[in-house]
Amino acid sequence: MAISITTPLASKQARNLKAGDSCLISGVIYTARDAAHKRLCELVAQGKELPMEIKDSIIYFVGPTPAKPGQAIGSAGPTTSYRMDAYSPALIAQGLTGMIGKGKRGPEVVDAMKKHGAVYFGAIGGCGALLGKCIKKAEIVAYEDLGAEAIRRLEVENFPVIVIIDSEGNNLYETGRAAYLAEHS
Amino acid sequence: MREISAGTITEVVKRLCVEANCHLPQDVKNCISKCYEQENWHQAKEILERIVENYHIADEQNQPICQDTGVACVFLKVGQEVHIDGDINEAINEGVRQGYTEGYLRKSVVRDPLDRVNTGDNTPAMIYCELVPGDKLEITVAPKGFGSENMSQIKMLRPSDGLQGVKDFVRKVVEEAGPNPCPPIVVGVGVGGTFDKAAYLAKKALMRSTEERNPNPFYAELEQQLLDEINALGIGPQGFGGRTTALAVNIEQYPTHIAGLPVAVNINCHVTRHKTEVL
Repeated sequence: MAISITTPLASKQARNLKAGDSCLISGVIYTARDAAHKRLCELVAQGKELPMEIKDSIIYFVGPTPAKPGQAIGSAGPTTSYRMDAYSPALIAQGLTGMIGKGKRGPEVVDAMKKHGAVYFGAIGGCGALLGKCIKKAEIVAYEDLGAEAIRRLEVENFPVIVIIDSEGNNLYETGRAAYLAEHS
Repeated sequence: MREISAGTITEVVKRLCVEANCHLPQDVKNCISKCYEQENWHQAKEILERIVENYHIADEQNQPICQDTGVACVFLKVGQEVHIDGDINEAINEGVRQGYTEGYLRKSVVRDPLDRVNTGDNTPAMIYCELVPGDKLEITVAPKGFGSENMSQIKMLRPSDGLQGVKDFVRKVVEEAGPNPCPPIVVGVGVGGTFDKAAYLAKKALMRSTEERNPNPFYAELEQQLLDEINALGIGPQGFGGRTTALAVNIEQYPTHIAGLPVAVNINCHVTRHKTEVL
């Protein structure tokens, strides 16, 4: 049974989520990938205001395809998260409580998640057509010059994710594989 | 000499870019279905169901299967009796430009690897050209996503490393990639040639049907062995555990130097896209 999450996601709520939990996210989330993260972290370093609310927010690592006429957004599946490892700890320290992506994360990210109470969700990589359907509205809030990499404010409904790393550092990539191998090798 | 106009090439490339991005090849669909039947882990089965649902939506709505519509890799087999009326490279890039713009595909190419400014139209394509006898022109467009491309590796093994060295390296690359390249993956392996030839062979291997084995029985057997070994790693769909880590292992081999044993592993995700047209 999936856990329903409505944004914003307080760190107290984030701490209740456990690796392996299936969740359905509704509400507002923001997109950002490599180039946008670089700019956000430059603002943080300069002590300037960010172009979107970061406290209790969820960032989705995605660069969607362009919307066709009548669509809110095109295909929109997750990109590989490790490229954001250099930037995520600074944003978590600013109050970011959730990240949606796919693939491994570095220890510096997991340490920040444990310290501040944040979770790392996975969406199914390569399922952009399916995931795009859960996004009901999309508007660019910053860095339009970056095209697909611009920061977008998304309104999502029952966006399916699974907790990969929880705020205690438990990791589904390790536990899921170990559980499978314990039964099948 | 047979004349083919640059305009015709542009039209074909444009169409192939869109079709390849929206419609998964039937052989890959068949492999996913077969792996679904063989999968014995509940969560893995659930993920494979979502993957099938996703490509159905893409088929029905002409929607890109994945948001990473890739860099356009274009493989040409040019008959030596064909004359192209116009600039073939420009004709291909114009096809990519039109296909990615008019087909609502993502533009993912930057003009310089260090200054990283987007070209805005997904050009240039990566063009590979082979001259062959005859008067036909075969064009394959293979959009390549970088989640899996980034997990690819090449190694110059010693001849003494032999078969075991090749197998160990392929397994190591898949193990290190883990969940990052969106498993289940297709593994393209190039063995032999030179440093660059091995990498080219690995990419070319990804163009072969996932249901078709290497015509050489030794390499066909090796493909099956490696697939079984990879699927015993337990990484599973998306890396959450399970049997289905790879859909297929495709190997291409080539003669090499007495001193060398180059091996390249080019990884592709479950969205292994390519579409061919012969003019």
